[in-house]
Amino acid sequence: MLVAHLDPLISSIFSLMAIVSLLLAFVMLGSRWLNNYLYAFGAESWVIAALSAVIAFYGGYPELYYIAILTALFRGLLLPYLIWKMIRRLDVTLEIHEILQPSSALVIGAFSVIFSLVVSYRFGQSLGLVGTVTVLAFTVMLSIKLIGFLMLAVRHEAISHILGLLLLENGMFLGAQMLIPGMPVLIEIVILFDLLIVVACFGVLVQFLASHAGSTSSLELKRLVG
Amino acid sequence: MTGVLLLAMLIAPAAAAVACLLLRTQSKPEILNLIASIVVFIAAVLLTVLSAGGPSRYWDDYLVLDMPGAWVALCTAIVYLLASIYAVGYMRLVVEEGQSLWSFYALFSGFAFTILLSTVMNNAALYWIAIELTTLVSTFLVGFERAPESLEAAWKYIVIVSAGISLALLGTVLFYWSGSFVLGPVYDMTWNNLEVAAAKMNRSLVELAYLLVLVGYGTKVGLAPMHTWLPDAHSESPAPVSAMLSGALLNGAMLGIVRYLAICDATGIGPLARTVLVAMGILSLLVGALFIVRQDGIKRLMAYSSVEHMGVVALGFGFGGLLGVAGALYHMLNHSLNKSLMFFGAGNVMRSFGTKDIREIRGVWKRFPVQGGLWLAGAAAITGAPPFGLFLSELVILRAGLERAFDWAVYAMVALLMIIFVGFLNHFREMYFDPAPSSETGLVSISRWCVAPMWLALAPLLLFGVWWPGALWEHFTAIAHLLAIVHP
Repeated sequence: MLVAHLDPLISSIFSLMAIVSLLLAFVMLGSRWLNNYLYAFGAESWVIAALSAVIAFYGGYPELYYIAILTALFRGLLLPYLIWKMIRRLDVTLEIHEILQPSSALVIGAFSVIFSLVVSYRFGQSLGLVGTVTVLAFTVMLSIKLIGFLMLAVRHEAISHILGLLLLENGMFLGAQMLIPGMPVLIEIVILFDLLIVVACFGVLVQFLASHAGSTSSLELKRLVG
Repeated sequence: MTGVLLLAMLIAPAAAAVACLLLRTQSKPEILNLIASIVVFIAAVLLTVLSAGGPSRYWDDYLVLDMPGAWVALCTAIVYLLASIYAVGYMRLVVEEGQSLWSFYALFSGFAFTILLSTVMNNAALYWIAIELTTLVSTFLVGFERAPESLEAAWKYIVIVSAGISLALLGTVLFYWSGSFVLGPVYDMTWNNLEVAAAKMNRSLVELAYLLVLVGYGTKVGLAPMHTWLPDAHSESPAPVSAMLSGALLNGAMLGIVRYLAICDATGIGPLARTVLVAMGILSLLVGALFIVRQDGIKRLMAYSSVEHMGVVALGFGFGGLLGVAGALYHMLNHSLNKSLMFFGAGNVMRSFGTKDIREIRGVWKRFPVQGGLWLAGAAAITGAPPFGLFLSELVILRAGLERAFDWAVYAMVALLMIIFVGFLNHFREMYFDPAPSSETGLVSISRWCVAPMWLALAPLLLFGVWWPGALWEHFTAIAHLLAIVHP
């Protein structure tokens, strides 16, 4: 496996990029302004694209260069642009009602990282990979996933939900690049396109929500119970 | 031959969807969709028969026609056909309210296409994509009526299910990772490859991957406690869509769980995997029972019944063995027929009484002697009363549980099914036999298109209740062996 047999310098570059992605996930978690949220997501996507390119270079997977370019274009530019347009159209700029203050959310986020580390370490032990960057990759993947779920749980704005779901995907993609760089390119490309369709569908639905249901906050969506 | 039929089954609904989008007329889309559904039905029946000859693979192994996939495709095709007939009458009423018919049928046939596609996907990652596509298409069907309630349901549906199946994707990635220790860093993630590699995979990694996949696809199946989107989506969508969601989509997602379960068996973590599935099945029955007893919405009642029945199917596969698998597969078919009948009846009653509230629906039998009778028979059938198909399949699943030493689950299942029987039929007693209110204004007449599919659903249901065809039993036996080839 690629990440288990790297020289220390490359290992450090991988670790750095993974940790930067995790930090950007925390920026999203701690931000109340939707625009900051969006910039952090865009930046994280660029880091993941760079990571793909680095893996392509050092791992000898030339097809990952295409994935890097597509990731940068799709996740780094197109999706943030579509969501930015949504924010403009809906005229919402920040989360007004939060279940949790950003500071409390950050603390829970930190605990979820510790939890992910424990889980990853256990798996590292059972796979004989402790001490390699695999454990870190696995930790970051699980942490970003948990932080994404946390954001879905504590935010109400429809745009926040979309970004939360995209963060879930980003965490997964980042982990997949490091743990299984050999995953067939066709599948990665299909997943990228799928993401684009997802955001387009969300966009249309948010528009319907705003015009027909009168609100894009999930706090207002409580007609259906029981 | 198989390849041509497979192509026909996939292309017919896709072509109908494209044609509806291009033509954009108000009169033709229903005919296009109906023709597509008939083609799909014929192809699915033949493919189910042909699948017994062994799996056929196409397109560089990306598509496979095997027995479990063909069976789910058949269930989907049946519901698609019935719902397409029903939609001809039902959607005309909706169109009178100013909606465009072509967009509905484009989405509807597109939805059928995505479910059918998921049944023949041979690559675990592409299967995930197909399931994701079903969500995206059906979201717009759920929100089709554009009422605030339907949009709320559509939003909850897409957010909860997308979040859920992102876990399934994580599980899929972990399965690929586990396989890469055996098959090398680059390999095709076909079901067969995974099963071959399964025996040598790291157990704890497969356990984690399976649990993620189970929660992910379980969200889509509507297993408790991830079922929360289901009552909203099923109750707020137009009745033909509710039937498709319940009778076709849920089975499509269950297929993924079953395929992964086979891999877990091969890895040697079968007992854990099965116990978790059984526990979720029992929890689904419990949630179904609690919400059925105290339910006011007629379509929500049907939706919770879907949660219950998916729980029963999960129990069947969870118990495993010949009886378990056969019972679960038979239950899938019977539930598809029965739930279509129930949603059609609910749609008719809702349209005719102008309300979804059970408390305001009274004197159904007096008003609709024929279709009221059909719906009542369906209600008895869905609660597992003899002589209908679900009685037989539930009985077989119970026997499977006793045989496989899941006694605790069998006792819980029996108790909960009895509660559901009483709770469900009590609502029907009120609707049928409680005195009707004096005002009977605003009656909407129900088209024959809306009653005919109820007959078409009830007749086989009755037949399957009194006679379990020998050929079907052999078919199920073969599927059970297929799912246990690499794992005794």
